[in-house]
Parts: sequence; C-alpha cells; structure tokens
Amino acid sequence: MPKDLIAVAMSGGVDSSVVAAMLHAEGQPIVGMTMQLWNQQRIPELIPEGGASGRCCSLDDVYDARHVAQTVGIPFYVVNFEDRFEKEVVAPFVEDYISGRTPIPCTICNNLIKFDQFLDMAKQVGAETIATGHYARIERDETTGRWLLRKGVDESRDQSYFLFGLTQDQLSRSSFPLGGMQKDEVRALAHKLNVPVADKGESREICFVPNGDYAQFVEKYLDEKGDRTVSQGVVVDAEGNELAEHGGVHHFTVGQRKGLGVALGKPAYVTEIRPATGEVVVGSKEALHRTSFEIERLNWISIPRLDEPLRVKAKIRYQFRARAATIRPTADPGRVAVEFDAPQLAITPGQAAVFYHGDSVIGGGWIV
Amino acid sequence: MKRHYFDHNATTPIDPRVLDAMMPALREVSGNASSIHSYGQDARRLVEVARLQVAELVHCDSKELVFTGSGTEADNLAILGAVRAAKGEQKHVVTTAIEHPAVLQTCQQLEYEGVAVDYVDVGPSGIVALDDVRTALRPETVLVSVMHANNELGTIQPIAEIAEAAHEVGALFHTDAVQSAGKLPIDVAALGVDLLALSGHKLYAPKGVGALYVRNGVDIEKIQFGGGHERGRRPGTENVSGIVGLGAAAQLAAENLATEADRQGALRDRLEQGILQSVADCWVNASDSPRTPNTTNIGFNGIEGEPLLIALDLKGFAVASGAACSSGVVEPSHVLLAIGLDKSTARSCLRFSIGKGTTEVEVESLLDMLPQVVERLRALAPAQTDA
Repeated sequence: MPKDLIAVAMSGGVDSSVVAAMLHAEGQPIVGMTMQLWNQQRIPELIPEGGASGRCCSLDDVYDARHVAQTVGIPFYVVNFEDRFEKEVVAPFVEDYISGRTPIPCTICNNLIKFDQFLDMAKQVGAETIATGHYARIERDETTGRWLLRKGVDESRDQSYFLFGLTQDQLSRSSFPLGGMQKDEVRALAHKLNVPVADKGESREICFVPNGDYAQFVEKYLDEKGDRTVSQGVVVDAEGNELAEHGGVHHFTVGQRKGLGVALGKPAYVTEIRPATGEVVVGSKEALHRTSFEIERLNWISIPRLDEPLRVKAKIRYQFRARAATIRPTADPGRVAVEFDAPQLAITPGQAAVFYHGDSVIGGGWIV
Repeated sequence: MKRHYFDHNATTPIDPRVLDAMMPALREVSGNASSIHSYGQDARRLVEVARLQVAELVHCDSKELVFTGSGTEADNLAILGAVRAAKGEQKHVVTTAIEHPAVLQTCQQLEYEGVAVDYVDVGPSGIVALDDVRTALRPETVLVSVMHANNELGTIQPIAEIAEAAHEVGALFHTDAVQSAGKLPIDVAALGVDLLALSGHKLYAPKGVGALYVRNGVDIEKIQFGGGHERGRRPGTENVSGIVGLGAAAQLAAENLATEADRQGALRDRLEQGILQSVADCWVNASDSPRTPNTTNIGFNGIEGEPLLIALDLKGFAVASGAACSSGVVEPSHVLLAIGLDKSTARSCLRFSIGKGTTEVEVESLLDMLPQVVERLRALAPAQTDA
C-alpha cells in the first residue's frame, strides 16, 4: 500500500530543507509548501544592510525553498497566510509591546499558523500529516494514550519551549524528523543529500523584524495603520521619583539594563512597566527577583489538566535553564500559580512559562 | 502520472510545426539581421518573412510591426513610448481596472513621472462601459489603453467604440491583445487601434518574443537605447529564431482561427456545463458577456481556490487562480475584485483555459476528478473555522 502524503513546511533554511530531502530519500511521498507570512517590503526600513535573507518570507528564502524542492524533486507550492499572520501574530505583537508586555510571536505563530492553518492547508491538499524542521520530539505515551512533546536531542537547539501550546490533535498530526539529531549531523546530512542550502546561515531574529529593532517595528506598524501613535512617558524609581523621559513603553522589557537613559550610580534594571501611566520603573538587580507568579491561557501536554500541586522544572523564557518549582491550581480554573524554589530574575509578563518533567513538556501558560 | 494542462492563458506549448520552422534559424542562419553581409541578409530575410506572417494575422502593413522581447515589453513600449512622445504640459491617460500588470504598472510608472491616469471600473460583466470611458476622457488625454480580451475572465472589450471615442478627443488608442491574438479575428483597421501588443508564447510560439503594431504615422519614443534596430524603435539585436517562431505561429493561428475557436468553444462550454451540473453551489464569472472561446472562470462557494489548485495539480490537472506572479505567491485577483467580488469570494475562483492540444477526453477526466476534490475540501471547511 502506498504511504500517505506528508506536507513539509519549508522555510528555505537548512533544517526544513533536510527534512524534505531525507523524507524523500526514504521513499516517503511529500509535498513541500512555503508559508508566505509577511511582506518584508511593507516596512523596508527594517531590512538590514545586505538584505533580509535568512528571515522567513523574504523573496530569497522562497527562492531557496523552491530551489531545494526542485533539486530534491518534489512538488512545491507557496501558500499565502499573510492576512491571518498579521491578524493573529503581528497585531497582537504590537499590542503587547505598547501594553508593556514582551511577546513571543513564534509561539503564537506555531499555535495559530504553522500547526493550525498550515495543518488545515495540508489536509485540504491531501496530506493528513505535516513535518517541520523543529528540534523537538513527539511520542505517544502508550499507557495514557497521550501525545508527548519531548526536548530535541540537541539541547542547545531544543525548541520545545516554543511548542508548548500544541494540542493533542496538533501533535498527533505532526512530526519533527530532526528531533533525534544534533545540528552538526543535520548539516552533514544536508551535504550528503546535496541540499543546496547546506551552508546557509541561521536566522535568530523574529522573522517579520529582520533587523531586530522591535521598537522601530512597533512605531512603523502603528504609523502605517495611522490609527494610533505611541505615547511618551517617564522613567521612575521605586519611590516614584521621575528620573528621565522616554519615547514609549514599547522600548522596554522587564529586566532590561541598556538604553534606560538614567544614571543611578549603580546598574539599573527595568523592574516594572505601567502602560496605563506610561511609567517605566527601574531599580536594583535585587528588585528584579521574584519567586512566584501566575500564568493564564494554559495548555497541558503530558497531563490532561492540573488537579493538584506538582513539582516541575520551569522555564520562563527561551534562554533560561529550567529550575525547580511547584505549580498549583488556583481558584480561577484558567490560571495556575507558579512558585520557584529560589527567586528568579526578570519574570516577564507576556513570556511563556513552560514546565518539564525530565525532557518531557508537561504544559505551560502565559505569564500574567 | 498523466498530466493535463488547462492553463493556456498563462502560456502555451510550442507547436511542433513552429519548432520545425525555427530550427533552420537556430542551426543554419547565424548572422545578425542588421549586418550588411550575406549572413546578415539571410537572417534579415527570415525576420521579414515573419513580419509579413504576423501582419497577416492582425491585418496591417508589415512596416507597422515592431518585434519585441515579450508582450509586456510591447505594452511598455506602446504606453511609455506614446505618452512620452505626446505634446503638452498636462498629460492624461485612461485605462481600466482590469488590465494586465504589464499595462497597470506601466501606467503607475507614468503617474510617478507626473502623468494623470484614470482607471475606469468595470461592473460584474467584466466589460468596460463606453460611457465610463467617455466620462473619463479629457481634452488633455493623450492615450487610452484598453485590453482586447481579459486574461482571467476572457471578456472581450468594445475596442472599436472606445477607440473611436479616444480619437474624438485627439488621443491615441492602445490595446493589449496578448489574450486575443490567435483566438479572435483581429483587424487593426476595423478596430481602429493605433497601437496593439501581442505575445508569442500565448499563441504556440516560444517565450521571449512579442510584437507591437504601431499605425503608420503614429510617433512613439523608444524606451531602450543602443542601436537602430526595428527602425530605431526597439534597439537590440533581433531574436531571429524567436521571431521566426512568432511568424510561423501567427500563420498557423490565422489559418485555423475559426475552426479552433469553434472546437475550443465547444470544449469550454462542455467543461462549464459539466462543472455547473456536477458541483453544487458554483458559478461562472461574467458568463453572459462575450468571451474568448477558450476561457472560463468559475467560483466554488465556500472553498479556497489555493488548496483546490494545489490538490488538482497533485492529481495532474494544471489550472490557475488569479494571475501568477513572479514569486509564485497566490494573491487575490485584481480582476475579480474589479468585477465586484470580495476578497474571499475572489479567492474561491479558478480559471480554466483550453488550448489547441486539449481533447474531449481530457475535459471529461477533469470533470470526473473535480467534483470529488471540491466535495472533500468542502467537507474540511467547517474544521477550519472551528480551529
């Protein structure tokens, strides 16, 4: 019996290109599809010198993805999700920044675009499952019947943090063929399979902000919309003393040290952002330490829900080593209380808290 | 997998007879058509035979034809060339909202250069109303550009009437005939056009060659520089083999125009009726308007054209949704928006365009396949809105 068609999400980068090449080499019928998410030309000021290659959706990357598909010898299509991406990812990103939060658009994109609209598109063209180049693993727990999300074998590349929002249905229809590999092995395989982009560099920035200047993006985007402008505000200390003026709360994130425009004689950090008054509170490093916080918009992976306190390892941003914590249900079923064993720096509203048991994702939510 | 091509408005395969005609130009005739020696004269002879063949297709004097590198280039040369050559401080151009990007973007370039441009709307018929053009005309109008047949709908525009109206205010008239040349009879005198653009690869000639008819006495500026080719109007060494191909294709098109129009028209009608009968809740865009015999544009309520196109392609049927663009991204068609469809309705439409090679068997196998694919997509549609 012929194998079922799989749709491979191809970004034009090495990882997803290797996924396509290896699945094809295994005799798996696949169709490559590149998601057109954002028109880089819309805010051309944000394209860094030398172009935006390596950031998704630049014409160069679509070109690369198509070139890979043609070299590998698979059908390939570009699918346009720009409308949905702007509505679900870009607009909330901007809204978060001007509301004093620090968003993670990649997670939202995973939840609402890559593992939602793309899965739908795959199904519509006749592919029941999708494969992507994420460094994470999906396994089925035969005793509970639940789909598990585990860290990628290459811990330095692990992307499970960005995938905590996947539902059981989404996990059941997705595969991450690189989850068991080291990045070096992926590059080597790219060469072995003659993947044209084997030596291409990597993108680390958010795809629609190719130069990494989020504040500029927020301003240009609001400018383009013409319906709102960012409001100025002041930097204050814990006692409420005004220290400096600033160009809008979207320039700041909790824990930020640089670009505060104040001199306190000792290192100063953003400890709190008050969007309603436009105040950015700064203080000492010690003032940044917190032990407990709450999360909302929960998603559970290895467990169906949280009924009782649970000891976990918690991660509160991508570049953060998971640390011991206890998570507890609260009176509000939509919220969970998190308490670290020891105080942590810069627990930032808008970021995700993701809980692990070993290398398996228990679930997570968004820091309030 | 057996493949079936229903996208002849995008491009056509080279007719084997056209290829045969081209081979001597590629293998044996190596000269530059502008050279004085016998090699050059051999090449020139081929170019001029081709010019006569194209002239016969559109019923003009061969001296009125300029060979170009594409239909897009012919449109650019016509519009930029005519407007820049026109006299006057305040220049004004009238075109329509359903033109091909080769015309639309050239007009936008003119706007950037300070020329005023009006884009006349069309209604659901996909036909430009003569009165709307008249309303847009001004004393300073120097050019009116209206396509002969629309690429997406096939709708045929009232060229002769509009050309007459343009001339009444002293403007030149250009038509983009890329989609009609070879499909509809063209007589430049009867149409009353001053400029007419056509493209080789839409009529079974190779890609990379086009032609512009410039009525005797009409002055256009050249838009590229480098030599005296094509009577100084299109510098650049002639693409001899391509031009020979265009000539041969034009001759074949002229010979078979009426029979092919009947044959393809019958296939198109069968396809259209077959789809309307076997697929619920679909419609033909601009169905009551005069259309090129090979084109139908059909909307499938409640589904997206993009996955439908991909699903059909994966099953071996090549169709189109909107105009393809260079990055391969499918954008909602400006033509469908112009006839009053909203964005999501426009996205649910596909274009099927038949050609010389299309057979009844192919139409029937498309009719066998299409209803189940549409049904499957519709069955999946609710899941998408829940998600």
